[in-house]
Amino acid sequence: MTTLEIELKALMLASLEGDAAAHRSLLDRLSRRLRAYYKAKLVAVGRGIAEAEDLVQEAILAIHLKRHTYDPREPLTPWVHAIARYKLIDFLRRNRASLAEVPIDEADEVMARDDNADAESTHDIRRLMQRLPKGMQCAIEAVKLDGLSVAEAANRCGLSESGVKVNIHRGLKTLAALIARETRT
Amino acid sequence: MKTDDLVALLSTNLEPVDRKAVVRTLYVAIATAAIAALGIAFAGLGFRPDLTTTRALIYLTIKLAFAIGVVGLAMTYLMSLARPGGERRMSLFLIVVPFLIVLILAAISLGSAPRAHWERMIVGDEWLECLLSIPIIAIVPFAVSIWAVRKGAPTNLSRAGAFAGLIAGGVSAMAYALHCTDDSLPFIALWYGGTIVLCTLAGAALGPRLLRW
Repeated sequence: MTTLEIELKALMLASLEGDAAAHRSLLDRLSRRLRAYYKAKLVAVGRGIAEAEDLVQEAILAIHLKRHTYDPREPLTPWVHAIARYKLIDFLRRNRASLAEVPIDEADEVMARDDNADAESTHDIRRLMQRLPKGMQCAIEAVKLDGLSVAEAANRCGLSESGVKVNIHRGLKTLAALIARETRT
Repeated sequence: MKTDDLVALLSTNLEPVDRKAVVRTLYVAIATAAIAALGIAFAGLGFRPDLTTTRALIYLTIKLAFAIGVVGLAMTYLMSLARPGGERRMSLFLIVVPFLIVLILAAISLGSAPRAHWERMIVGDEWLECLLSIPIIAIVPFAVSIWAVRKGAPTNLSRAGAFAGLIAGGVSAMAYALHCTDDSLPFIALWYGGTIVLCTLAGAALGPRLLRW
Protein backbone atom coordinates (compact mmCIF):
# COMPACT_ATOMS: atom_id res chain seq x y z
CA MET A 1 0.00 0.00 0.00
CA THR A 2 1.40 3.43 -0.91
CA THR A 3 1.98 6.26 1.53
CA LEU A 4 -0.52 8.34 -0.41
CA GLU A 5 -3.25 5.73 0.04
CA ILE A 6 -2.55 5.55 3.80
CA GLU A 7 -2.62 9.33 4.19
CA LEU A 8 -5.73 9.86 2.12
CA LYS A 9 -7.58 7.02 3.80
CA ALA A 10 -6.80 8.52 7.21
CA LEU A 11 -8.18 11.84 6.00
CA MET A 12 -11.28 10.09 4.65
CA LEU A 13 -11.96 8.31 7.95
CA ALA A 14 -11.61 11.59 9.84
CA SER A 15 -13.86 13.37 7.36
CA LEU A 16 -16.56 10.71 7.79
CA GLU A 17 -16.49 11.54 11.51
CA GLY A 18 -17.23 15.16 10.61
CA ASP A 19 -13.69 16.61 10.69
CA ALA A 20 -14.00 19.59 8.35
CA ALA A 21 -10.26 20.29 8.09
CA ALA A 22 -9.58 16.68 7.09
CA HIS A 23 -12.41 16.82 4.55
CA ARG A 24 -11.02 19.98 3.04
CA SER A 25 -7.51 18.59 2.84
CA LEU A 26 -8.83 15.35 1.32
CA LEU A 27 -10.90 17.05 -1.36
CA ASP A 28 -8.06 19.42 -2.11
CA ARG A 29 -5.54 16.64 -2.62
CA LEU A 30 -7.99 14.49 -4.56
CA SER A 31 -8.88 17.38 -6.85
CA ARG A 32 -5.23 17.69 -7.92
CA ARG A 33 -5.01 13.99 -8.68
CA LEU A 34 -8.31 14.08 -10.52
CA ARG A 35 -7.18 17.08 -12.58
CA ALA A 36 -4.13 15.18 -13.86
CA TYR A 37 -6.25 12.05 -14.43
CA TYR A 38 -8.97 13.81 -16.42
CA LYS A 39 -6.53 15.84 -18.51
CA ALA A 40 -4.76 12.64 -19.52
CA LYS A 41 -8.04 10.85 -20.27
CA LEU A 42 -9.52 13.68 -22.29
CA VAL A 43 -6.37 13.89 -24.39
CA ALA A 44 -6.46 10.12 -24.87
CA VAL A 45 -9.98 10.28 -26.36
CA GLY A 46 -9.04 13.26 -28.51
CA ARG A 47 -10.82 16.02 -26.59
CA GLY A 48 -9.36 19.26 -25.29
CA ILE A 49 -8.33 19.63 -21.66
CA ALA A 50 -10.59 22.67 -21.22
CA GLU A 51 -13.37 20.44 -19.90
CA ALA A 52 -11.13 18.76 -17.34
CA GLU A 53 -11.98 21.22 -14.58
CA ASP A 54 -15.73 20.68 -15.07
CA LEU A 55 -15.15 16.97 -14.62
CA VAL A 56 -12.94 17.51 -11.55
CA GLN A 57 -15.75 19.46 -9.91
CA GLU A 58 -18.39 16.90 -10.85
CA ALA A 59 -16.24 14.17 -9.32
CA ILE A 60 -15.50 16.21 -6.18
CA LEU A 61 -19.22 16.83 -5.69
CA ALA A 62 -19.94 13.14 -6.22
CA ILE A 63 -17.24 12.12 -3.73
CA HIS A 64 -18.72 14.53 -1.21
CA LEU A 65 -22.36 13.53 -1.73
CA LYS A 66 -21.64 9.80 -1.87
CA ARG A 67 -19.05 9.62 0.90
CA HIS A 68 -21.40 7.42 2.96
CA THR A 69 -20.87 4.65 0.38
CA TYR A 70 -17.19 4.29 1.25
CA ASP A 71 -16.57 1.06 3.14
CA PRO A 72 -13.71 1.68 5.65
CA ARG A 73 -12.62 -1.96 5.40
CA GLU A 74 -11.59 -1.32 1.78
CA PRO A 75 -8.75 0.82 0.40
CA LEU A 76 -9.73 4.30 -0.73
CA THR A 77 -8.01 4.44 -4.13
CA PRO A 78 -10.32 1.97 -5.95
CA TRP A 79 -13.38 3.74 -4.56
CA VAL A 80 -12.18 7.12 -5.83
CA HIS A 81 -11.19 5.58 -9.14
CA ALA A 82 -14.61 3.96 -9.62
CA ILE A 83 -16.32 7.34 -9.10
CA ALA A 84 -13.83 9.20 -11.30
CA ARG A 85 -14.19 6.70 -14.12
CA TYR A 86 -17.98 6.56 -13.79
CA LYS A 87 -18.16 10.35 -14.10
CA LEU A 88 -15.81 10.28 -17.11
CA ILE A 89 -17.90 7.72 -18.95
CA ASP A 90 -21.10 9.53 -18.01
CA PHE A 91 -19.61 12.78 -19.33
CA LEU A 92 -18.55 11.21 -22.62
CA ARG A 93 -21.95 9.59 -23.05
CA ARG A 94 -23.73 12.89 -22.45
CA ASN A 95 -21.53 14.39 -25.13
CA ARG A 96 -22.16 11.50 -27.46
CA ALA A 97 -18.50 10.62 -27.70
CA SER A 98 -17.56 7.16 -28.77
CA LEU A 99 -17.10 5.05 -25.65
CA ALA A 100 -15.05 2.50 -27.53
CA GLU A 101 -12.15 4.89 -27.23
CA VAL A 102 -12.10 4.98 -23.43
CA PRO A 103 -9.15 2.82 -22.53
CA ILE A 104 -9.42 0.48 -19.57
CA ASP A 105 -7.34 1.83 -16.74
CA GLU A 106 -6.03 0.60 -13.42
CA ALA A 107 -7.24 2.05 -10.14
CA ASP A 108 -3.78 3.41 -9.33
CA GLU A 109 -3.92 5.68 -12.36
CA VAL A 110 -6.31 8.04 -10.64
CA MET A 111 -3.67 8.80 -8.02
CA ALA A 112 -0.67 8.66 -10.35
CA ARG A 113 0.00 12.35 -10.92
CA ASP A 114 -0.56 15.65 -9.20
CA ASP A 115 -1.72 18.74 -11.09
CA ASN A 116 -1.88 21.89 -9.06
CA ALA A 117 -2.78 24.33 -11.85
CA ASP A 118 -5.14 26.84 -10.30
CA ALA A 119 -8.17 26.30 -12.43
CA GLU A 120 -11.65 27.55 -12.90
CA SER A 121 -14.57 25.61 -14.36
CA THR A 122 -17.21 27.07 -16.62
CA HIS A 123 -19.81 26.90 -13.82
CA ASP A 124 -20.84 29.94 -11.88
CA ILE A 125 -22.09 28.64 -8.56
CA ARG A 126 -23.88 31.83 -7.52
CA ARG A 127 -25.80 31.81 -10.79
CA LEU A 128 -26.63 28.09 -10.52
CA MET A 129 -27.77 28.63 -6.93
CA GLN A 130 -30.44 31.02 -8.13
CA ARG A 131 -32.14 28.12 -9.85
CA LEU A 132 -32.58 26.25 -6.57
CA PRO A 133 -35.78 26.48 -4.54
CA LYS A 134 -35.70 29.22 -1.88
CA GLY A 135 -35.19 26.95 1.14
CA MET A 136 -32.21 25.13 -0.40
CA GLN A 137 -30.67 28.38 -1.60
CA CYS A 138 -30.99 30.03 1.79
CA ALA A 139 -29.68 27.00 3.71
CA ILE A 140 -26.62 26.53 1.49
CA GLU A 141 -25.82 30.24 1.45
CA ALA A 142 -26.12 30.55 5.22
CA VAL A 143 -24.21 27.43 6.26
CA LYS A 144 -21.86 26.75 3.38
CA LEU A 145 -21.01 30.21 2.07
CA ASP A 146 -21.48 32.47 5.09
CA GLY A 147 -20.36 29.87 7.62
CA LEU A 148 -23.30 30.27 10.01
CA SER A 149 -24.15 27.44 12.40
CA VAL A 150 -27.14 25.26 11.60
CA ALA A 151 -29.14 26.91 14.40
CA GLU A 152 -28.41 30.40 13.07
CA ALA A 153 -29.27 29.31 9.55
CA ALA A 154 -32.56 27.83 10.75
CA ASN A 155 -33.37 31.18 12.24
CA ARG A 156 -32.45 33.12 9.11
CA CYS A 157 -34.25 30.83 6.66
CA GLY A 158 -37.30 30.15 8.81
CA LEU A 159 -36.67 26.40 8.82
CA SER A 160 -36.16 23.83 11.56
CA GLU A 161 -32.58 22.66 12.20
CA SER A 162 -33.22 19.30 10.55
CA GLY A 163 -34.93 21.20 7.74
CA VAL A 164 -31.71 23.14 7.15
CA LYS A 165 -29.67 19.92 6.97
CA VAL A 166 -32.12 18.28 4.57
CA ASN A 167 -32.19 21.40 2.40
CA ILE A 168 -28.39 21.54 2.23
CA HIS A 169 -28.15 17.91 1.22
CA ARG A 170 -30.89 18.14 -1.39
CA GLY A 171 -29.57 21.48 -2.61
CA LEU A 172 -26.07 20.10 -3.21
CA LYS A 173 -27.56 17.12 -5.03
CA THR A 174 -29.59 19.45 -7.22
CA LEU A 175 -26.52 21.62 -7.83
CA ALA A 176 -24.56 18.53 -8.88
CA ALA A 177 -27.35 17.64 -11.32
CA LEU A 178 -27.42 21.20 -12.70
CA ILE A 179 -23.66 21.13 -13.17
CA ALA A 180 -23.86 17.78 -14.94
CA ARG A 181 -26.56 19.11 -17.24
CA GLU A 182 -24.54 22.20 -18.04
CA THR A 183 -21.46 20.19 -18.93
CA ARG A 184 -22.81 19.35 -22.33
CA THR A 185 -21.14 20.74 -25.36
CA MET B 1 -16.14 28.63 -10.18
CA LYS B 2 -12.74 27.72 -8.81
CA THR B 3 -12.31 24.19 -7.56
CA ASP B 4 -10.78 25.59 -4.37
CA ASP B 5 -13.98 27.51 -3.72
CA LEU B 6 -16.08 24.39 -4.26
CA VAL B 7 -13.88 22.43 -1.84
CA ALA B 8 -14.19 25.22 0.73
CA LEU B 9 -17.97 25.28 0.30
CA LEU B 10 -18.30 21.53 0.74
CA SER B 11 -16.07 21.51 3.83
CA THR B 12 -17.78 24.32 5.71
CA ASN B 13 -19.82 23.02 8.67
CA LEU B 14 -19.29 19.42 7.68
CA GLU B 15 -21.69 16.88 9.18
CA PRO B 16 -20.55 13.41 10.28
CA VAL B 17 -21.76 10.62 8.02
CA ASP B 18 -23.80 7.55 8.86
CA ARG B 19 -21.50 4.78 7.59
CA LYS B 20 -24.09 2.07 7.92
CA ALA B 21 -26.55 3.94 5.71
CA VAL B 22 -26.04 1.76 2.62
CA VAL B 23 -26.58 -1.52 4.44
CA ARG B 24 -29.47 -0.25 6.53
CA THR B 25 -31.30 1.19 3.53
CA LEU B 26 -31.09 -2.19 1.80
CA TYR B 27 -32.49 -4.00 4.84
CA VAL B 28 -35.34 -1.53 5.11
CA ALA B 29 -35.99 -2.02 1.40
CA ILE B 30 -36.05 -5.80 1.61
CA ALA B 31 -38.43 -5.75 4.59
CA THR B 32 -40.74 -3.31 2.83
CA ALA B 33 -40.57 -5.35 -0.38
CA ALA B 34 -41.46 -8.57 1.47
CA ILE B 35 -44.42 -7.01 3.26
CA ALA B 36 -45.67 -5.44 0.03
CA ALA B 37 -45.33 -8.70 -1.90
CA LEU B 38 -47.14 -10.72 0.79
CA GLY B 39 -49.91 -8.13 0.94
CA ILE B 40 -50.37 -8.07 -2.82
CA ALA B 41 -50.29 -11.87 -3.11
CA PHE B 42 -52.76 -12.28 -0.28
CA ALA B 43 -55.15 -9.59 -1.51
CA GLY B 44 -54.93 -10.54 -5.18
CA LEU B 45 -54.73 -14.32 -5.01
CA GLY B 46 -55.27 -15.46 -1.41
CA PHE B 47 -53.26 -18.17 0.30
CA ARG B 48 -53.73 -21.84 -0.56
CA PRO B 49 -56.56 -23.41 1.46
CA ASP B 50 -54.62 -26.58 2.38
CA LEU B 51 -51.71 -24.58 3.79
CA THR B 52 -51.49 -26.62 7.00
CA THR B 53 -51.39 -30.10 5.49
CA THR B 54 -48.07 -31.93 5.59
CA ARG B 55 -47.69 -32.24 1.83
CA ALA B 56 -48.41 -28.54 1.30
CA LEU B 57 -45.95 -27.60 4.04
CA ILE B 58 -43.18 -29.73 2.55
CA TYR B 59 -43.49 -28.08 -0.85
CA LEU B 60 -43.97 -24.64 0.66
CA THR B 61 -40.70 -25.16 2.53
CA ILE B 62 -38.90 -26.15 -0.67
CA LYS B 63 -40.26 -23.13 -2.54
CA LEU B 64 -39.43 -20.76 0.30
CA ALA B 65 -35.95 -22.23 0.76
CA PHE B 66 -35.25 -21.65 -2.94
CA ALA B 67 -36.64 -18.12 -2.96
CA ILE B 68 -35.04 -17.11 0.34
CA GLY B 69 -31.71 -18.59 -0.79
CA VAL B 70 -31.86 -16.50 -3.96
CA VAL B 71 -32.84 -13.33 -2.09
CA GLY B 72 -30.24 -13.81 0.64
CA LEU B 73 -27.41 -14.33 -1.82
CA ALA B 74 -28.58 -11.50 -4.06
CA MET B 75 -28.61 -9.16 -1.05
CA THR B 76 -24.93 -9.79 -0.33
CA TYR B 77 -24.12 -9.01 -3.96
CA LEU B 78 -26.26 -5.87 -3.98
CA MET B 79 -24.57 -4.57 -0.82
CA SER B 80 -21.32 -4.29 -2.71
CA LEU B 81 -22.87 -3.33 -6.06
CA ALA B 82 -24.49 -0.30 -4.39
CA ARG B 83 -21.01 1.10 -3.73
CA PRO B 84 -18.57 2.55 -6.29
CA GLY B 85 -16.29 -0.16 -7.63
CA GLY B 86 -18.30 -2.87 -5.85
CA GLU B 87 -18.35 -4.92 -9.05
CA ARG B 88 -14.61 -5.52 -8.86
CA ARG B 89 -13.42 -9.01 -7.98
CA MET B 90 -16.96 -10.33 -7.90
CA SER B 91 -17.50 -13.99 -8.62
CA LEU B 92 -20.95 -14.58 -10.00
CA PHE B 93 -20.84 -18.34 -9.42
CA LEU B 94 -22.45 -18.34 -5.98
CA ILE B 95 -25.72 -16.80 -7.18
CA VAL B 96 -26.19 -19.62 -9.70
CA VAL B 97 -26.03 -22.26 -6.95
CA PRO B 98 -29.68 -22.17 -5.80
CA PHE B 99 -30.81 -22.44 -9.42
CA LEU B 100 -28.46 -25.37 -10.02
CA ILE B 101 -29.71 -27.18 -6.91
CA VAL B 102 -33.34 -26.82 -7.94
CA LEU B 103 -32.55 -27.95 -11.49
CA ILE B 104 -30.72 -31.03 -10.20
CA LEU B 105 -33.56 -31.89 -7.81
CA ALA B 106 -36.03 -31.44 -10.67
CA ALA B 107 -34.02 -33.77 -12.90
CA ILE B 108 -33.85 -36.43 -10.16
CA SER B 109 -37.56 -36.15 -9.55
CA LEU B 110 -38.33 -36.51 -13.28
CA GLY B 111 -35.91 -39.43 -13.56
CA SER B 112 -37.63 -41.35 -10.81
CA ALA B 113 -41.14 -40.80 -12.18
CA PRO B 114 -42.80 -42.62 -15.08
CA ARG B 115 -42.62 -40.73 -18.37
CA ALA B 116 -46.42 -40.47 -18.51
CA HIS B 117 -46.37 -38.17 -15.47
CA TRP B 118 -43.76 -35.79 -16.86
CA GLU B 119 -46.05 -33.39 -18.61
CA ARG B 120 -48.20 -32.93 -15.53
CA MET B 121 -45.15 -32.47 -13.30
CA ILE B 122 -43.68 -29.80 -15.57
CA VAL B 123 -46.77 -27.89 -16.63
CA GLY B 124 -48.83 -28.27 -13.46
CA ASP B 125 -52.26 -26.71 -13.14
CA GLU B 126 -51.42 -23.07 -13.07
CA TRP B 127 -48.23 -22.46 -15.05
CA LEU B 128 -49.70 -19.41 -16.74
CA GLU B 129 -50.82 -17.91 -13.44
CA CYS B 130 -47.32 -18.45 -12.04
CA LEU B 131 -45.69 -16.97 -15.14
CA LEU B 132 -47.79 -13.81 -14.85
CA SER B 133 -48.08 -13.47 -11.07
CA ILE B 134 -44.43 -13.53 -10.07
CA PRO B 135 -43.38 -10.68 -12.41
CA ILE B 136 -46.49 -8.65 -11.52
CA ILE B 137 -46.05 -9.07 -7.76
CA ALA B 138 -42.37 -8.19 -8.30
CA ILE B 139 -43.10 -4.66 -9.56
CA VAL B 140 -43.41 -3.02 -6.13
CA PRO B 141 -40.41 -4.91 -4.64
CA PHE B 142 -38.40 -3.88 -7.73
CA ALA B 143 -39.27 -0.22 -7.26
CA VAL B 144 -38.27 -0.41 -3.59
CA SER B 145 -34.96 -2.15 -4.40
CA ILE B 146 -34.12 0.43 -7.05
CA TRP B 147 -34.90 3.20 -4.56
CA ALA B 148 -32.47 1.63 -2.10
CA VAL B 149 -29.67 1.21 -4.66
CA ARG B 150 -30.13 4.81 -5.78
CA LYS B 151 -29.32 5.89 -2.21
CA GLY B 152 -25.89 4.37 -2.81
CA ALA B 153 -23.64 4.94 -5.80
CA PRO B 154 -23.52 1.95 -8.16
CA THR B 155 -20.95 2.14 -10.94
CA ASN B 156 -22.08 -0.93 -12.87
CA LEU B 157 -25.68 -0.03 -13.53
CA SER B 158 -26.84 -3.06 -15.51
CA ARG B 159 -25.44 -5.46 -12.95
CA ALA B 160 -26.89 -3.51 -10.02
CA GLY B 161 -30.22 -3.39 -11.88
CA ALA B 162 -30.05 -7.13 -12.52
CA PHE B 163 -29.56 -7.91 -8.84
CA ALA B 164 -32.36 -5.52 -7.86
CA GLY B 165 -34.56 -7.46 -10.32
CA LEU B 166 -33.35 -10.78 -8.92
CA ILE B 167 -34.26 -9.72 -5.37
CA ALA B 168 -37.66 -8.48 -6.54
CA GLY B 169 -38.30 -11.77 -8.36
CA GLY B 170 -37.17 -13.81 -5.34
CA VAL B 171 -39.31 -11.85 -2.88
CA SER B 172 -42.26 -12.14 -5.23
CA ALA B 173 -41.76 -15.91 -5.59
CA MET B 174 -41.73 -16.17 -1.79
CA ALA B 175 -45.12 -14.50 -1.59
CA TYR B 176 -46.56 -16.41 -4.54
CA ALA B 177 -45.47 -19.72 -2.95
CA LEU B 178 -48.10 -19.20 -0.26
CA HIS B 179 -50.79 -19.26 -2.94
CA CYS B 180 -49.43 -21.78 -5.42
CA THR B 181 -50.75 -25.35 -5.23
CA ASP B 182 -48.50 -26.82 -7.91
CA ASP B 183 -46.36 -29.15 -5.85
CA SER B 184 -43.61 -30.59 -8.02
CA LEU B 185 -39.90 -29.92 -8.30
CA PRO B 186 -39.83 -29.58 -12.10
CA PHE B 187 -42.61 -26.99 -11.83
CA ILE B 188 -40.61 -25.00 -9.27
CA ALA B 189 -37.43 -25.20 -11.34
CA LEU B 190 -39.08 -24.09 -14.56
CA TRP B 191 -41.73 -21.57 -13.54
CA TYR B 192 -40.27 -20.17 -10.32
CA GLY B 193 -36.69 -20.25 -11.61
CA GLY B 194 -37.71 -18.98 -15.04
CA THR B 195 -39.78 -16.04 -13.83
CA ILE B 196 -37.06 -15.01 -11.37
CA VAL B 197 -34.58 -15.04 -14.27
CA LEU B 198 -37.02 -12.92 -16.29
CA CYS B 199 -37.17 -10.36 -13.49
CA THR B 200 -33.36 -10.33 -13.43
CA LEU B 201 -33.14 -9.66 -17.17
CA ALA B 202 -35.73 -6.88 -16.90
CA GLY B 203 -33.68 -5.34 -14.07
CA ALA B 204 -30.50 -5.52 -16.13
CA ALA B 205 -32.24 -3.77 -19.02
CA LEU B 206 -33.76 -1.04 -16.83
CA GLY B 207 -30.75 -0.51 -14.54
CA PRO B 208 -28.80 1.95 -16.71
CA ARG B 209 -31.85 4.21 -17.04
CA LEU B 210 -33.13 3.97 -13.47
CA LEU B 211 -29.86 4.05 -11.55
CA ARG B 212 -27.92 6.89 -13.19
CA TRP B 213 -26.55 9.46 -10.77
